[in-house]
Amino acid sequence: MAVVYLDNSATTRPYPEVIELISKIQSETYGNPSSMHEKGLTAEKLIREARRQIALFFNGREKEIIFTSGGTEANNLAILGTLYRNRQRGNHLITSSIEHPSVLNCFHFLEQEGYAVSYLPVDRQGTVSPDDIRVLIRKDTVLVSIMHVNNEVGSIQPLKEIGRAIKEENPAVLFHVDAVQSFARLPLKVKDWLADLVSCSGHKVHGPKGAGCLWVREGVMLQPLMHGGGQETGLRPGTENVAALAGFGLAANLSGGNQKLKTTALNSLKRTFYQTLQDSGIECHLNGPSPEEGAPHIINLSFPGVKAEMLLHTLEERGIYVSAGSACHSSRPEPSRVLEAIGLGRKDLLSALRFSFSCFNSEEEIRSAALETAAAVQELISLTRQ
Amino acid sequence: MPVKILVRYGEIALKGKNRGQFEQRLHQNLKAAVKGLSAEVVRLRGRFTVSGPDEYLDQMLESVSRVFGVVSISTVQETELDLDRIKEMAAEIVSRIFPELRTFKIAARRSNKKFPYPSPEINKLLGAHLQQLYPALEVNLHQPAFILAVEIGFDTAFLYLDRTAGPGGLPMGITGRSLLLLSGGIDSPAAGWLAMKRGLSVEALHFHSYPFTSRRSQEKAVELSRKLAVYSGKIPLHMINVASIQKELRSQCPEELGIILLRRMMLRLASLVSEERGLQALVTGENLGQVASQTLESINVISKATGMLILRPLLSMDKREIIDLARMIDTYDTSILPYEDCCTLFVPKNPTTKPKIEIVERVETRLDIARMLEEAIGSLETTIVKRVVW
Repeated sequence: MAVVYLDNSATTRPYPEVIELISKIQSETYGNPSSMHEKGLTAEKLIREARRQIALFFNGREKEIIFTSGGTEANNLAILGTLYRNRQRGNHLITSSIEHPSVLNCFHFLEQEGYAVSYLPVDRQGTVSPDDIRVLIRKDTVLVSIMHVNNEVGSIQPLKEIGRAIKEENPAVLFHVDAVQSFARLPLKVKDWLADLVSCSGHKVHGPKGAGCLWVREGVMLQPLMHGGGQETGLRPGTENVAALAGFGLAANLSGGNQKLKTTALNSLKRTFYQTLQDSGIECHLNGPSPEEGAPHIINLSFPGVKAEMLLHTLEERGIYVSAGSACHSSRPEPSRVLEAIGLGRKDLLSALRFSFSCFNSEEEIRSAALETAAAVQELISLTRQ
Repeated sequence: MPVKILVRYGEIALKGKNRGQFEQRLHQNLKAAVKGLSAEVVRLRGRFTVSGPDEYLDQMLESVSRVFGVVSISTVQETELDLDRIKEMAAEIVSRIFPELRTFKIAARRSNKKFPYPSPEINKLLGAHLQQLYPALEVNLHQPAFILAVEIGFDTAFLYLDRTAGPGGLPMGITGRSLLLLSGGIDSPAAGWLAMKRGLSVEALHFHSYPFTSRRSQEKAVELSRKLAVYSGKIPLHMINVASIQKELRSQCPEELGIILLRRMMLRLASLVSEERGLQALVTGENLGQVASQTLESINVISKATGMLILRPLLSMDKREIIDLARMIDTYDTSILPYEDCCTLFVPKNPTTKPKIEIVERVETRLDIARMLEEAIGSLETTIVKRVVW
């Protein structure tokens, strides 16, 4: 049975070139980049190359890239590292109600530590309002953290307007962007956004798990969360995961660099999928932004009358892999927090599936996956409504 | 250095021929429990000893304390049947815990009546000897800080300080072979454990409803079997997909009878598996009155689908007691993982609590039961879930 993998917001299949490179490095270039001999130097060069490839996405300098173990660590370093470094600057933080758990739970932790946190609401499209931020910014606000693309509904935040709102109200406030979903899928205009910190992850862009980075604008000071041998300018000590980082760099490179992204191709897959479903005549509701406005690779749909998990497994049986809510919560039965935040009713909440695409998908398989989805929905509806 | 564990079992209830069988089975089960630990199990009169290298002592204690039929165990020092040697050994044991513990009593037990000193005499002699060596040591018969126990056996004497309870019950396998209906819930693993405790060997049968349920709920059944295998060594786990049965019941039968009819199909499938595997009884986690399918009327109508003996070890227990048991045998945390099993799917809005057998049987005439069973049996998969060996 042909596999159609449509869960690319959870993770992606690595490029074959990436797997080849990683396996070659693991077996041959196993030196420690800190070692003084030639084996160390070879490893160090691999890291440098990866750093150069990633820095291109930020139109920035290599020294602005701090490699981490992934998006979660990058988010933790950005948020906790900023606050530990700037304890005296103030007590107030702002984030949105639809952030990834690796951001939200940092803020929940900081609330316990005595910080005041404002959680911005979102509209039905899953977007925060820059004007809301203006109202919330205070003299003692230290950090604002807003994601670029939401992982569940694919909404794109107006980061340029948000950045302007923040800095106009209080230029001392640091601005962190979780770009895990948008890295190598949409241009990261960090200068336009007036961003100070941006998180990315390798395995969302056909790289390996265990590699990610935090872009730290030059001049922004952080407190490391771990202490050790001084790697990554002391911000992230520990022997570098050479193979994974090199794989991350290559994957980013194969995605086309910041200017030549495959955004249009992804967008076209998404539209084909949605159009085919609509033409099939089944009832389906779009959650979040319209296909024209949302992220190129994510579409979230509800199929009223169908239990999301049942539909997910029915599709799985036909070789189609999708997600109910967000992958991180699918083991918990409670409905997705993000879908609740954008105001979905109960029926839509319980029947929502996320389809997320990648450059490995073809137009043809997307069309047939949409038809299979329509058929599965029809079958389940006839089963549950007698 | 080798160490030795003394294993006691409940001999009181045993008479005549049963006793030999009991001991033989327990011997086998003990040997299986310490497999891989280079340990030796020796049968004495009324006791077993398990001896092995001391680096495995913790693993041996843990394994032996989970063997059904074992009442209690102690790590012992063994010595010749000679009062002077016993005194020396006692002094050595005390030297390890004195002066942290300074009140004590001696508890001697003379199984071997040929030993010249009766138990009270041994208590006195040993006590006096120890106090002579450690004048600060004080006898306290009511609340001693430690009890030094001495067992006078037939060939040697055992001295020990601790005593750990075993699970009790009967050696597994001695009363027969059974099939446990294992859902993903809290009750059925507890029922399986109790069945094993009464000497039944257990195979498990799990019904799933893929693709309507997640593969993770099947993985949960494997995990629960692994927890039970800690006590039994291994559990053959059978899995049957009832998705097509559920679909057919859904389209052919009144919604409120759905669960009753599904349960009856499950019992039929369980009977088929039992017949194939030569199992003599079904074991379920049913408990009176917890849910609609567990009223007296429902249990009655469901049971009539099979002629097999159905054992319900949890029948009289409160939910609280079942949860305590599940925690004790370490299945609780796995059971509460929130994956749906096939019983929570297609739950009717108003399930009947007082089904009538005539109506149920009449509804079933609409169904091609033989074909449905055959199809479902076709999905049978069996895995042997083994205890993780040391």
